[in-house]
Amino acid sequence: MTIALISYAHVSKRFGEAASAVTAVNDVSLDVAAGEFLAIVGGSGSGKSTLLRLANRLIDADDGTVMVEGADIRAVDPVTLRRRTGYVFQSGALFPHMSVGDNIGITPKLLGTPAREIAARVDELLALVRLDGGAYRDRLPHELSGGQRQRVGVARALAAKPRIVLMDEPFGALDPLTRDALGEDYRALHSKLALTTVMITHDMTEALLLADRIAVMHAGKMLALGTPVELSASREPYVMELLRTPRRQAERLNALLPGAGPS
Amino acid sequence: MSLLSDPRLAEAAGHLPDYLGNHLRVSLAALALGLAISLPLAILARNRPVMRGALLAVASIVQTVPGLALLALFYPLLLALASVTLSWFGFDFSAFGFLPAMLALALYSMLPVLRNTITGLNGIDPALVEAAKGVGMTERQSLFTVELPLALPVIMAGIRTAAVWVIGTATLSTPIGQTSLGNYIFAGLQTQNWVFVLFGCVAAAAFALIVDQLLALLESGLASRKRLRTALGGAGIAALVAAALAPAIARSPSSYVIGAKTFTEQYVLAALIADRLHASGLQATTRAGLGTNVIFEALAADDIDVYVDYSGTLWLNQFHESGVKPRAELLADLKARLGRHDITLFGTLGFENAYALVMPKKRADALGIHSIADLAEHAATLSIAGDYEFFSRPEWAALRKAYGLTFRTQRQMQPDFMYAAVASGDVDVIAGYTSDGLIAKYDLAVLDDPKHAIPPYDAMILLAPKRAHDEKLAAALSPLLGKIDIADMREANLRASGNDADSSPTSVARWLWQRIGGR
Repeated sequence: MTIALISYAHVSKRFGEAASAVTAVNDVSLDVAAGEFLAIVGGSGSGKSTLLRLANRLIDADDGTVMVEGADIRAVDPVTLRRRTGYVFQSGALFPHMSVGDNIGITPKLLGTPAREIAARVDELLALVRLDGGAYRDRLPHELSGGQRQRVGVARALAAKPRIVLMDEPFGALDPLTRDALGEDYRALHSKLALTTVMITHDMTEALLLADRIAVMHAGKMLALGTPVELSASREPYVMELLRTPRRQAERLNALLPGAGPS
Repeated sequence: MSLLSDPRLAEAAGHLPDYLGNHLRVSLAALALGLAISLPLAILARNRPVMRGALLAVASIVQTVPGLALLALFYPLLLALASVTLSWFGFDFSAFGFLPAMLALALYSMLPVLRNTITGLNGIDPALVEAAKGVGMTERQSLFTVELPLALPVIMAGIRTAAVWVIGTATLSTPIGQTSLGNYIFAGLQTQNWVFVLFGCVAAAAFALIVDQLLALLESGLASRKRLRTALGGAGIAALVAAALAPAIARSPSSYVIGAKTFTEQYVLAALIADRLHASGLQATTRAGLGTNVIFEALAADDIDVYVDYSGTLWLNQFHESGVKPRAELLADLKARLGRHDITLFGTLGFENAYALVMPKKRADALGIHSIADLAEHAATLSIAGDYEFFSRPEWAALRKAYGLTFRTQRQMQPDFMYAAVASGDVDVIAGYTSDGLIAKYDLAVLDDPKHAIPPYDAMILLAPKRAHDEKLAAALSPLLGKIDIADMREANLRASGNDADSSPTSVARWLWQRIGGR
């Protein structure tokens, strides 16, 4: 067993007033190993987003403990924690009044990195996410396509060389081709940079294709956790239902496109 | 004569540096103060619903108070405050002019800035605020690098609205002693000088428009990250600020300030006094269009140096007396009372501006009416008109009591229309003012008051406490004492109410001096 870089122990989070409180995350325990790519799958309201936000203190847990790199995060300054944790937001959330370069360089800037180093780092990151630095550095976010924006979002998350990257439905709003290309590219970066990634998605197919392990969330509870193979053995009805679509799609595609399926 | 060659235009343009400079100073100071208060308040309140509601409610209520009333209210408020600080901390401050105008205008500017700042900040996509947090910004960093820049267009729209409101409303600060472009408007309305009124309106509108456009330039420069635009807009605003500050540094403190109330005669007399001071080599500026209570307090507080008031006005309005005394006794009594405020009753000018019952000369002769006692016999068949306050004033009560007057009907009228109404026979008698020029114009008769029911309203020069022993001022003013008789004042007032080039207070004052100077 490798060391856990992120560790949730009996974590719960409720929202709202005591009487009508909604339990978004209900007694979840989960370890993410160093170098692992974990996907958290669930529908809207399943608590998957809350679980992700608990890891860099965008939200604080009511009960239980979250440990990151061996330390209880309640003892860590939230701003410091966030600066060393990469975060990719849904549909980018780039700052619309800042250039691509300024967006990418924001966390190093907050950390007080000299401007020249930031500029070099920005070019390096643009190359890493396969965007031409000269063409894109000075553009504003609204001048980019959805896929380009999300590439910039990934570059921004990687700017301060984090060990951990948290991704909130990063590719959800993209067209299937772009989404596939971006997913593949990110998976390659994950391996190359030895990152530990937690990605949330509502799309089981995407999770199966990208992640080492998958956690399934439903109504605040974690129903299953495991590799695709382990998950396929699950008798949990909700998990079986989630797996039904990719299975059927794979069969159909195999039948329609002989030789094109996974070998 | 075309408008462009009208000498009144040149005269108006001559006042522009003074009026516009003061207007600029008070507007910018008010706006700066308003922003300094509203922006932090809005930022504090944006996530606090109770505070936000309370702030916006207060600001909205302030906005519903008419600008003139708000400005007028600040004068007594500050006066009271100044007397408190004097007795508690041993210092006071001038509650006249700049300070009350700036405070009232600052308050007036708050609503659009508060509302737009709160709306702008709350309107930002929550995902971006979370992203700011997520990339590791502190709350302060998020506010200054993400939220405020994104809300800037909405905030700037609020600031621009506030700027236009403040610049427009600043024209109303004239009656509380702050020189502004409103001086043109107030003076023009009183003396029927439409060139002045128009000039004041156009100047204020143009000024508001320029500031608005400079702010727009600054905003679009910031938003589109165009350095040139930002620099141009910023430089324009900076130039205005510099222009506002420059004369404040260079202003000479030795100038005499002459006050004037809000009617024609006062404008003429203030111009006459200024003319005399200039002739004696003294610096003089005029603060015209002041309210009756404001002007007395301003004199007592040394904010103005000299003005003309009327004995009856002081007796009834300032000292709240009701009994009527003979002229000499009244003047002696007033001198003593004014002395208690350290105000010097320098002397009387020679004419009276009292309420008087007036009717057409021909009609009076035909009916054999020469005095109010004669009028009383016919009153039951006659109608009377007065201004809006006459019938509730002590003079009216005194007249009725002394002569047993009962008219068939009584009406209230705009003073300007009263004279024409009595001349044309729409009413039989009016309560006019003895020095009004229209008495001569319409050939009206002022009825005698043999029982002295109406107190004397001698025009007299009052001096501020600090000018009590000012020899030069005394020497410059003494040639005026006792020299202006009622016929001259009437003609001067008539000339000043004309709508032509020679009807400006300054021209009329010059005419009046030529008339009386040799006496």
